[in-house]
Amino acid sequence: MKYAFFPGCVSRGGCPELYPATKLICEKLDIELQEMPAASCTGAGVLQEKNQLLGDTLNARTFAMAEALDLPILTICSTCQGVMSQANHRLKDPEYLAKVNGFLAEEDLEYKGHADPKHLLWVLVEDVGLDKLLSLITRPLAGVRMAPFYGCYIVRPTDALEFEDHPDRETALEQIIETIGATVVDFEGKTRCCGFPILTINERNSMAMVAKHTLEAKELGADAMITPCPLCHLNLDSFQPKAAAQAGRPIGLPILHMPQAIGLAMGLSPNDMGLRRHIVNTTPLEVALGIPNR
Amino acid sequence: MDVTLKIKRFDPEAADPESFWQDFTVAIDESGTVLDALIKVREDHDGTFSLRCSCRSAICGSCAMRINGHAGLACKTQASTAIKDGIITIEPAGNMPVIKDLVVNFDSFWDKINQIEPYLKPEGPEPEAEYIASNESMLHLSSVTSCIMCGACVSDCTVMEVDPTFLGPAALAKAYRFTADPRDGDANGLSKDRLEELTKPSGMWDCTRCMECVTACPKGVAPMDRIMALRDQAIEAGFTNTNGARHTEAFSDSVEHSGWLDELRLVPKSVGITNISALIGYAPIAIQALTHGKMPPIIHKKLPQSENVRKIFDKVEGPEERK
Repeated sequence: MKYAFFPGCVSRGGCPELYPATKLICEKLDIELQEMPAASCTGAGVLQEKNQLLGDTLNARTFAMAEALDLPILTICSTCQGVMSQANHRLKDPEYLAKVNGFLAEEDLEYKGHADPKHLLWVLVEDVGLDKLLSLITRPLAGVRMAPFYGCYIVRPTDALEFEDHPDRETALEQIIETIGATVVDFEGKTRCCGFPILTINERNSMAMVAKHTLEAKELGADAMITPCPLCHLNLDSFQPKAAAQAGRPIGLPILHMPQAIGLAMGLSPNDMGLRRHIVNTTPLEVALGIPNR
Repeated sequence: MDVTLKIKRFDPEAADPESFWQDFTVAIDESGTVLDALIKVREDHDGTFSLRCSCRSAICGSCAMRINGHAGLACKTQASTAIKDGIITIEPAGNMPVIKDLVVNFDSFWDKINQIEPYLKPEGPEPEAEYIASNESMLHLSSVTSCIMCGACVSDCTVMEVDPTFLGPAALAKAYRFTADPRDGDANGLSKDRLEELTKPSGMWDCTRCMECVTACPKGVAPMDRIMALRDQAIEAGFTNTNGARHTEAFSDSVEHSGWLDELRLVPKSVGITNISALIGYAPIAIQALTHGKMPPIIHKKLPQSENVRKIFDKVEGPEERK
């Protein structure tokens, strides 16, 4: 199975542990990743608030590059996924597509409209199959109570994300949690906002969101939280101590990138999964799993 | 068709007023709505069960509530499609205090609508005759004027959940309805005073872009999209001295010049490089990130062919915008 890989900015920036963890588990899953080194940022919804046409053109450029490789796109970020899906949804309008292609002509690129960007989460459930994933699990995360945290852009809006054609997308993260042997902690916050987009705009509200979701999951007995979105990870992990200080309560809930949790269950080491880079200590979780600390 | 409803109830006059869950099973037509089922509960099972409803046609905006955890109109939701694992879970709308059962207090909702002064405020001399706005100039407002003030967007707003002072999706969408009206503001339809007011804290920049309101809205108002349009209007009108506007500009600059996001420089550029106290506030987190090897690259390299990205910025935004 081969994909045009779109790692996004954050897996090479503020969450540098995500990129190698993804590479390692994809190798085990026989997923071949071909990079598109010239593909730009999706705009993350920020560029779109200034100029949607500009954002859509940049994404169409990436789609055209993947088409030239004749490969489907694989993303590892809920935000990238959502922004690409929304752009692709708008680009189904032939008139709009022609207008956008007009801006790409100078680079000799043309988007024909066949890209199907897919988050690794969806690739696992829809393309690879959970049976295959299960066959690679050598160290099931038995006894670990795991709270899913999706990230807004991979759950809304459902029409652009094609939930109707792919009903599994609504529960994909829970299915992954079960496949790697952990127990799902269902909680209200799982599809809510982590607060990252307003971190530099209204930090107080952003931290209140982090505290609300992590504390809710903890109160329901979660040992860890798992997310397919590195932006959510940045807020929920890196800023968790600050959120705890604001809330006046300790939190200490490890936040795992989805590929890290899968990697641990495949027997890969915490070091290889980049857990030492986390701000919230993951050692108690590793000890509970009987993973040697090295 | 038998439908089981799991309803969150609250009676302020109970000896110990606390919300509790109660299940009811009622028989309705196959094509019946959630509202039909709720009315059956009131008529056949418990006359004290309270809910607001009127038109049954998604026009009056009375029956917004949380159905299976998400806000919507009970009269616009078919019961058969809402059944999950054999039941439909019903709660009052969120982010507003519950008066009784599904009836919530809308005072804060109306306060915020009033706060944005929901009427045309033309500047300059009054027109001598009727002010005629062309069809073309009003057409784009048709979706936002479809708002029926049901409060579904407010119910599910993730910012209002943590900050009741946020103007919220309904009021901000309503504000856009005026800032985008050619009759409001100056002779060019520019509503400068409004936009300035809306850029203040608790206004347009506090939205997280989570899209809950877009999903919840039963009338296609898409409040978040209106908030994004307000941001664009505010930047265009020159109200750029806010963290939000700086964040958007810094983000855009970074993608334009390198093809991708320079996270390291985004934070100081957003809070303002002269805002020393805010920058010092981030220092402990920056140090922690550095010691854990979580820092974005110090030297932000351009992507290959990033000049092509820049050309797209030039072409799409046009020479006028580029000055």
